[in-house]
Amino acid sequence: MIAGDRGLPNRASCVNDTKSTAMAPTSNKSSTRARKKPPAPRPKRRPKAGKRAKVSPALIAAHGLTAEEYQRILALMGREPSITELGIFSAMWNEHCSYKSSKIHLRMLPTKAPWVIQGPGENAGVIDIGDGLAVVFKMESHNHPSYIEPYQGAATGVGGILRDVFTMGARPIACLNALSFGAPTHPQTRHLLAGVVAGIGGYGNSFGVPTVGGSVRFHTRYDGNCLVNAMAVGLAPRDKIFYAAASGVGMPIVYLGSKTGRDGIHGATMASAEFGEGTEEKRPTVQVGDPFAEKLLLEACLEIMAKDCVIAIQDMGAAGLTCSAVEMGAKGDLGVTLDLDAVPCRESGMSAYEMMLSESQERMLMVLKPEKEREAEAIFRKWGLDFAVIGKTTPTKRFVVRHGGNVMADLPIKELGDEAPVYDRPHVESPKKPVLTAADVAPPVATADALLRLIGSPDLCSRRWVWEQYDHVILGNTVQRPGGDAAVVRINDGPKALALTTDVTPRYCEADPFEGGKQAVAEAWRNLTAVGARPLALTDNLNFGNPERPEIMGQLVGAIHGIADACEALEFPVVSGNVSLYNETNGRAILPTPTIGGVGLLEDFTKSTSLAFKREEEAILLVGETAGWLGQSLYLRDICEREEGAPPPVDLAVERANGDFVRALIAEGIASAAHDVSDGGLLPAIAEMAMASGIGAELDRPPVAAHAFWFGEDQARYVVTVAPGVAETVLARARAAGVPARQLGLTGGDALTLEGERPILVAKLRERFEGWLAAYMAGEPA
Amino acid sequence: MNSAVVVFPGINRERDMARALRLASGCEPAMVWHADTALPGGTDLVVVPGGFSYGDYLRCGAIAARAPIMDAVRAHAGRGGLVLGVCNGFQILCEAGLLPGVLMRNTAMKFICRDVYLRIERSDTPFTRGYNAGQVIRVPVAHGEGNYIADDATIARLEGEGRVLFRYADPGGALDPAWNVNGATNAIAGVLNEGGNVLGLMPHPENHVEAVLGPTDGRGLFAGLVDHFKQAA
Repeated sequence: MIAGDRGLPNRASCVNDTKSTAMAPTSNKSSTRARKKPPAPRPKRRPKAGKRAKVSPALIAAHGLTAEEYQRILALMGREPSITELGIFSAMWNEHCSYKSSKIHLRMLPTKAPWVIQGPGENAGVIDIGDGLAVVFKMESHNHPSYIEPYQGAATGVGGILRDVFTMGARPIACLNALSFGAPTHPQTRHLLAGVVAGIGGYGNSFGVPTVGGSVRFHTRYDGNCLVNAMAVGLAPRDKIFYAAASGVGMPIVYLGSKTGRDGIHGATMASAEFGEGTEEKRPTVQVGDPFAEKLLLEACLEIMAKDCVIAIQDMGAAGLTCSAVEMGAKGDLGVTLDLDAVPCRESGMSAYEMMLSESQERMLMVLKPEKEREAEAIFRKWGLDFAVIGKTTPTKRFVVRHGGNVMADLPIKELGDEAPVYDRPHVESPKKPVLTAADVAPPVATADALLRLIGSPDLCSRRWVWEQYDHVILGNTVQRPGGDAAVVRINDGPKALALTTDVTPRYCEADPFEGGKQAVAEAWRNLTAVGARPLALTDNLNFGNPERPEIMGQLVGAIHGIADACEALEFPVVSGNVSLYNETNGRAILPTPTIGGVGLLEDFTKSTSLAFKREEEAILLVGETAGWLGQSLYLRDICEREEGAPPPVDLAVERANGDFVRALIAEGIASAAHDVSDGGLLPAIAEMAMASGIGAELDRPPVAAHAFWFGEDQARYVVTVAPGVAETVLARARAAGVPARQLGLTGGDALTLEGERPILVAKLRERFEGWLAAYMAGEPA
Repeated sequence: MNSAVVVFPGINRERDMARALRLASGCEPAMVWHADTALPGGTDLVVVPGGFSYGDYLRCGAIAARAPIMDAVRAHAGRGGLVLGVCNGFQILCEAGLLPGVLMRNTAMKFICRDVYLRIERSDTPFTRGYNAGQVIRVPVAHGEGNYIADDATIARLEGEGRVLFRYADPGGALDPAWNVNGATNAIAGVLNEGGNVLGLMPHPENHVEAVLGPTDGRGLFAGLVDHFKQAA
């Protein structure tokens, strides 16, 4: 895969993503190429300073560059590159950094709103939440590293995204994630899930940020390629946001943080390619995280930012020093000269090539105000971190790298990013699937049995086993803990709070990428609405297969169109993102998975609501129309064992009207509980509300076929509870607003009682809900 | 109540602790850097908060226990001054020799963050006077190494001298292995030193002090300490 980090169009080049870059030799893709040419040897010995090694076709291929791309380099330079220069080009021009396959499509995403301070193109997106405060957030993938070494892969994914946020001057206040694993029966799944969860917890818990929400799914299409998407959210003063663009000539460029080692140099070997045989051998390409160093880096960075020492700052992620230095210079229209002899190294004898491509973690590059250099150094020394002036800005717009008295690279800095190839790859639309009706699906079991099975199924059951390994209460601001629609995190001492969620329904995206893309955005918007928040902006993490296959490229293009439409209609712009392509193993792609991380604002968190039923004898209302859409539903897949049909369409105007209606009910204190209806449909949603409180419900006979009504996955729906006396008024208000709504029944008792069905005890539901994941992870067969 | 919160590199619950102390006492606690060698004058209570001091590398609390500030903390304790260590703070106090025993990995071999129930064993100490003996409180844990262990003689002594102040229990206050979240010996969640002035506690009362966020059972500990110093004054 290529984890193209900042998945957005005007994102210049790479910036710091922790996952990819550099060379790209051993993969299916490259081995296909290698059939025509001899296998690519790794450069065994660094070229002697000043000497130019012969750049062979094999070496070019080993750096993940095509012959055409190499011709472009020759034209740009007017000579043959040195090995170090070739490495720098490969780092800047891989999919991950250059977005060469996705760039032209990402331009369609809406990125503006009055509250957007910084859209895509920086380390993270920034939005204004009033009171002089800004929220800085982003999501990023660490898929292949996590498959190879789940603990460190996931841990460094969290570390990378946290750095993106605090690089901009924000103190991280919450983390979320979205995880996709293979079928529970696949022999690797348990190992990957255990390692990834421990890694996310291991890093976030130690760093000291609450991990408040996320999602976990299982599907056989992720068997050989799990997805680990991590999101971080931070808070900063609105007028103290820090950016990457350098300014001023002759300014010191300072290296901060941990030392540089040889780790991650061949990161892109695995990150910019599909998986095949020999994946195990790639373990050394995964970096090792040090959350303690990152915590120190956070505190030191925020301290020198508060002291007004910083002109520009960029963290070192993907292609470490290369990307961060080029980014700072290019964005500031300046040249950069680096002296590698001054770089703090973990081991001696590192070559320029290795230093430029190392992906050692917990490092930063800054341009400091010269008069503040000593003050900044004292702060870093206090925190026990390395601090070294390793270069300066120049007026030349050239990227010059010196090592041992020699010039190892001398390249035009703007062209490194701006002249990266851009591809309009062929793409074909996914064939439309037929629409299934309730009559096309015979219910194989009774409603009660279907509910019990669904609620205890891998995709719907409780994720307690996961989120109990994440510290979700640290910082003392977690209003709504994991397990609800969206997490709610108080801002400072309140009353404002953020609502946070991650969402996508990959099976919908597979069946119809456009509708699936829309639905992912709509569901995030809905989850934020269901806790009473006003959705403000989102970050996207687009995980797809090999873009060189037209059908995969078609999925990507379709999903982006769908996301764009939904963002537009819901005034929910994209402010940051990441693209991860080549998520394939032996030619089998993952389900298209455009994860959406949504952020919403609550003016007063005490007015938010949770999904738990609050009292007995309250009216249960359904907002939104139920036709009984079973195509691509969990009921169809898990109960009927059919993965078929078109997914439920999202009518964005209806989505907005229904959501605005529910949000108003919550804000006015009329809705005592609210829950969006998503995976599994209406009855599982009601069951979740009952389980969260222990209060049951008595439900009326449905107006359409029971299995379609209770388990259909029609969109834009919410379940809310209101005091019985106001139910009629609320329904009348809905009619007046053109919002479909009906009463489903009343809360009360210790069971879900459906007319014409046997009662289902809430205690029994809980047992099923809490049972599967813990038992599975304890080693019981899937 | 003048409190001082000791901050080691890698400590991360110092702000939570400072907020709880501020809410209970109305005074902003002093944040004391690990490299300092003295506590602020007039310090009544020293708090060693939770986190991952020095990354928990080597052994939880082992490096922090040897930091420069710890001599001042030992001296404060030696004078009978109150010291509270929570989570990593508990581990640090054990490593510093201020408390007996050690905190091993949870028996589940995983980090666990969840609300637990604690039975208050005694209410006649400065740390627990805000509670009633036998009372059950609900507070969160968030740790990977909270499984309290000491040799048999030490445990017998702790029990005999009534130095176990908090135990993991079920919501009704009964001891039950299923509710002993980390497998601690005798379900011990918090112990006193011999002098009765140093407490180590694994759970986080500082995270349950605000009604707008949920349970407030952690307040009793801080309110009790404030009362203790009021009475002493």
